[in-house]
Amino acid sequence: MTVTAAPPLVEVRDLVKHYAAERGWFGLGRPRPPVRAVDGVSFAIAGGSTLGLVGESGSGKTTVGRTMLRLQEPTSGRVFFDGADVFALDGGRLRALRRRMQIVFQDPYSSLNPRMTVGETLREPLQIHHLTGEVTSLLEEVGLDPAFAKRYPHELSGGQRQRVGIARALSVEPRFVVCDEPVSALDVSVQAQVLNLLADLQSRRRLTYLFIAHDLAVVRHIADTVAVMYLGKIVERAPAADIYALPRHPYTRALLSAVPEPDPRATKQRIVLSGDIPSPAHPPPGCPFHPRCPHPLKSERCRTEVPPLREVPPQSGHLAACHYAEQPM
Amino acid sequence: MTTPALLRVRDLKTYFVTEQGRGTARAVDDVSFDLYPGETLGIVGESGCGKTVTSLSILRLVPEPPGHILPGSLIEFEGRNLLALPAPELRAVRGNQIAMIFQEPMTSLNPVFTVGDQIGEAAIIHQHLSRKAARARAIEMLKLVGIPDPDERVDDYPHQLSGGMRQRVMIAMALVCHPKVLIADEPTTALDVTIQAQILELLDRLQRELGMAVLLITHDLGVVAGHADRVVVMYAGRVVENAETTELFERPTHPYTEGLLAAVPRIDTPRARLHAIPGQVPAATAWPVGCRFHPRCPYAWDKCVAQEPPLLETGVAGHTARCWLVTEPERRPAKR
Repeated sequence: MTVTAAPPLVEVRDLVKHYAAERGWFGLGRPRPPVRAVDGVSFAIAGGSTLGLVGESGSGKTTVGRTMLRLQEPTSGRVFFDGADVFALDGGRLRALRRRMQIVFQDPYSSLNPRMTVGETLREPLQIHHLTGEVTSLLEEVGLDPAFAKRYPHELSGGQRQRVGIARALSVEPRFVVCDEPVSALDVSVQAQVLNLLADLQSRRRLTYLFIAHDLAVVRHIADTVAVMYLGKIVERAPAADIYALPRHPYTRALLSAVPEPDPRATKQRIVLSGDIPSPAHPPPGCPFHPRCPHPLKSERCRTEVPPLREVPPQSGHLAACHYAEQPM
Repeated sequence: MTTPALLRVRDLKTYFVTEQGRGTARAVDDVSFDLYPGETLGIVGESGCGKTVTSLSILRLVPEPPGHILPGSLIEFEGRNLLALPAPELRAVRGNQIAMIFQEPMTSLNPVFTVGDQIGEAAIIHQHLSRKAARARAIEMLKLVGIPDPDERVDDYPHQLSGGMRQRVMIAMALVCHPKVLIADEPTTALDVTIQAQILELLDRLQRELGMAVLLITHDLGVVAGHADRVVVMYAGRVVENAETTELFERPTHPYTEGLLAAVPRIDTPRARLHAIPGQVPAATAWPVGCRFHPRCPYAWDKCVAQEPPLLETGVAGHTARCWLVTEPERRPAKR
């Protein structure tokens, strides 16, 4: 993977999304603290490349993807797509932009309309954007027989439905696609088919991906850069090869060590974290990871001072948000 | 192995009559395996291979109708055929000597009872404990599965717990009567990876301490590699391969096992195109004739279409595979 100096196609600056909590007692109780789903996230994705956004449930990774496409309104921050300020657009200009930014959802069962045939599902976005694309060629491009156009979603397997979801996203010729856990609901053998398809489409159409996943092994096979989220913040970001070879944040190290390897002789050292992910409504003070952190140097500083996302030598472009990122664990 | 098997499954056939009379789904079709005391046996396969129906059949939890276990099937636990047991005697085994944990801790717990009530229930029924003694046992079990402040948590309702904590409660429920066999059906599939590591470590520890046998049902070859002693691979309602864990991963013999292993994305290999198995699992109402894997198999020849292979001995003790390549190894090309 060569790091190109190409200007980024997509740039996210200090994105924040808080959900106001409802008051208890039918709106009469004390206001509760907001849920800080995304708490100051920044990154850029170069045209034609893939950023893998990794985290466990509740880390805020899905909210980042949806807010970037304005499927949800942000609390603050900015997103630029090809130089345009996404959050400043409205009406027709937003609709024109939506054509260029698409999303593939996790659950191919609930993201297709059960009353529409595959053909109708694929034609709808073409009509909305007055495009002349062809359903037949779209189906062929995602590896489905054109006869599928007449079928309904319930007649398809999970992998076939996900191919339809991908075809729908591609129908309006986007440049940027958010892939939100696109293979998590699929069986291993089918998962490999869909990952290979996404890679082929990327090189053929020069697509830029934000690939959201909880599975670090899946991300390894598709991403150029990897960002790891924990409690609404990016705790580590680096070129893929670097982060897998030398993870710097204790959370990333624990995540990597927890992946079950299909090798009975694997002798890796397992770091089993204690406890659960805290609630994003009550993030811990200081480093959000400190209550679960197994780092031997963990100190008072971790409990009080939020570690900034900073470059950790020797690799340039390797960022980690840990006071002790340089020290071995 | 010289010790007698604790659980023997022989020729198990569990079929379902489908709606609209479209035929019979042969979900589990002639499955046999043994579970020995103290070991972990992994059953691996993708959705629709029959692994969950197999586990439900053992405790006769398959809803009838539409399902039914065919005559001639045998599930023998300590010398008794569970399929022939009258209901009261079966109930004395179920949840007591053979216990089960399910994939979805959210839907498997009753939302209107405290976790203490739910853990203690089996002890009241099977061991005739008083309510007070059952509560004390529940607290002891919560401590065993690593839940902090068990004295307080015992009065919590399931919604007050996280997903990982709920799965610990499920495990506590299953183990309260100290079963000899624990059936774990995808016990960590719904959990985050760091929580999955905690639960698998917990199961390993409990198995060592309590000396029970575990039937670990999963789609995840990584989970099997780290936790099972032996593995049964299922495809299309059949057992297609059977081996000790290290042997299976070193010498996968059935092309399905081989393909599945190659399809798993790994963190220890550099980015590369994944091996994909073409096509998809066929429907249980219409398994292919001959070898059920032949339409997706890269090596299939006419014999595979004409005749289904039996489970054949590979020459390594305990390693069998349902593939004609065992008898004609020269047809398998040298390492791809």
